[in-house]
Amino acid sequence: MTRPIDELVCPVPLASDQVLLAHGGGGRLMRRLIEELIVPAVGNDPLLRPLHDGAAFDVAGAQLAFTTDSYVVRPLVFPGGDIAQLAVNGTVNDLAMCGARPLVLSAALIMEEGLPLDLLRRLMESLGRAAAAAGVRIVTGDTKVVDRGKGDGLFINTAGVGVVVAPQPVEPGRIRPGDAVLLSGDIGRHGIAIMASREGLAFETAIESDCAPLAGPVLALLAAGVEVHCLRDLTRGGLGAALIEIARTAGRRIEITEPAIPIRPDVAAACELLGLDPLFVANEGRFVAFIPSHDAPRAQAVLQAAPAAAGTVCIGRVGAAGDEVILTGPLGTARVLDLPSGEQLPRIC
Amino acid sequence: MKFVDEFRDGTAARRYAHALARIITRPWTLMEVCGGQTHAILRFGLDALLPDGVRLIHGPGCPVCVTPLALIDKALALAARPNVTFCSFGDMLRVPGSAGDLQGVKAAGGDVRVVYSPLDAVRVAAALPDREVIFFAVGFETTAPANAMAVMHAAAQGLRNFSLLVAHVLVPPAMEAILASPRCRVQGFLAAGHVCTVMGYAAYEPIARAYRVPIVVTGFEPLDLLQGIYMCVRQLEAGRAEVENQYARSVRRQGNTGAQRMITEVFEVVPRAWRGIGEIPHSGLALRPQYAHFDAERRFRLTVPGAPEPEECISGLILQGVHAPPECAEFGRRCTPEHPLGAPMVSSEGACAAYYRFRRPAPEAAEEGRV
Repeated sequence: MTRPIDELVCPVPLASDQVLLAHGGGGRLMRRLIEELIVPAVGNDPLLRPLHDGAAFDVAGAQLAFTTDSYVVRPLVFPGGDIAQLAVNGTVNDLAMCGARPLVLSAALIMEEGLPLDLLRRLMESLGRAAAAAGVRIVTGDTKVVDRGKGDGLFINTAGVGVVVAPQPVEPGRIRPGDAVLLSGDIGRHGIAIMASREGLAFETAIESDCAPLAGPVLALLAAGVEVHCLRDLTRGGLGAALIEIARTAGRRIEITEPAIPIRPDVAAACELLGLDPLFVANEGRFVAFIPSHDAPRAQAVLQAAPAAAGTVCIGRVGAAGDEVILTGPLGTARVLDLPSGEQLPRIC
Repeated sequence: MKFVDEFRDGTAARRYAHALARIITRPWTLMEVCGGQTHAILRFGLDALLPDGVRLIHGPGCPVCVTPLALIDKALALAARPNVTFCSFGDMLRVPGSAGDLQGVKAAGGDVRVVYSPLDAVRVAAALPDREVIFFAVGFETTAPANAMAVMHAAAQGLRNFSLLVAHVLVPPAMEAILASPRCRVQGFLAAGHVCTVMGYAAYEPIARAYRVPIVVTGFEPLDLLQGIYMCVRQLEAGRAEVENQYARSVRRQGNTGAQRMITEVFEVVPRAWRGIGEIPHSGLALRPQYAHFDAERRFRLTVPGAPEPEECISGLILQGVHAPPECAEFGRRCTPEHPLGAPMVSSEGACAAYYRFRRPAPEAAEEGRV
């Protein structure tokens, strides 16, 4: 050895002064970008401040929910869905998570020069079918074309308006100690389906995305008179990021039993191989519901009767004050669930 | 999931922990060599199950962490070239060089691609004949056979635009370097099961004899690790210092001889610098002269200025087991996964990242701030 071990040290990296892909990964970097750069710059509106999936506000006596989302996925068509289904379901789900019945959507298309019209037609038909299936109307839209190489075939933005039907606000601030945490089904399928179908990934699998509209199960829950404290659909950052965000916003500890979380064996195997934590893999058709313990068994039964939430299970409960998610693993030992920095990166070996 | 869930059984794990508590009569310090083992230990909370007498310290087995700064800087310089498509495993993208990381090079317009296999990089090279395709060949003996195979495929296809930036390191010489240090506290090793799957474990036998240290080839699931620890402590309590194989479902003494032949065909053993440890003789692999045209360093004649390593990071002491990551003054404060002061906080196998990601809940978590 040339130098004794303890004289050697590691480098200080430079903080980035440009947007990195990791800023879009649903992790800590994205959260900081939103909280530190975007929100203060655009005016800190009290409706924006909760950083919820959508904003709810009164208009002439009715309470409306409003949300928007952009969809950038490669490939445009993947096992179990396509970008158009994502664009409808993602926005419908954001409205549902506000306790709202989705009413109308806009659809704005950013198309790359060279996108085959046949593919565009099929995707627009898919957009129409997805809207019909979710019970929303597409009532306005826009099209733009960018130069070849300046877009990934097709980007879609949808915005949606719904009418709030929940009698009480549905938001993290309302979760209480003892609330049951219900999860609407198995996790990780969308992220693995996308990863498996990306070019350059020699990974064969029959895993299909879980992409689905969630307004049905949510409205069923509200129609049954279940007291709903908080709802959150699981998207980019997976179950883990959703729970961590709720715990922080609510100032409550959330206690989760890891073996209670349903993960299909093929998804679990893919995650093991790639070194990914399924808790942070993307979903497009799953949500968590925080329900007072006395109402939890009824809520579970109502959700299990809805096709998009047939696999609903209870995975934990809300604890005392705190801001962390505590995960009890298969060996009975507990750890703090930590948000990944950016995208989860497949490991070396 | 079959063949995984059986090795994560809580009842069996507690039985092993009790068995260990029954045989242990004094404190012992063990080092698990591989970063994958470190992560499993912390992710599953094995440290919380073990009797007080067992102290685990975390070895240098994180390929990302030990890749020298100069080589990362070379990777950054190559990846930034306009005619280069730079392929890497995902882990390497966030590892800081002296001026940024691969993620930043990609954001600035560099063609940096994550691949899951070096053979994917060969396919990229075949598809892009006008570009120089470079694969960052990082890793221990585990990844060496696939990288050797990539070179053999590229040679067979006559590809002139494919090369490797080689950062391969070998485990046994690093274990010897740790044992030879005057500050060494390691009394027993859990050797890395996957490395031994490829290389076998005969090379550890002289080390066990020379340094009177038991070495147990160990797997990566919770029960593997508990059994490996049990076997190691049982040897220490009996005054034995032998090589034993816990991971028998994957490892044979002679290893995977086919894979070894591929490594030997393409690579030769050379001295190599380890980040945080320094240069260790016979501890790395480089391409043999007949494969020199696949060597990115020779092909591009790179010179990058030597960058000084900063002073706050104590990864050297952590690698040696003198300090655990939470004992570092900067751990979780100035050094976090978004702003790592060193590679062990970045990599999915780094010890600091493991402690940060899988920290234990504080008993009074409600009142205390986050670490």
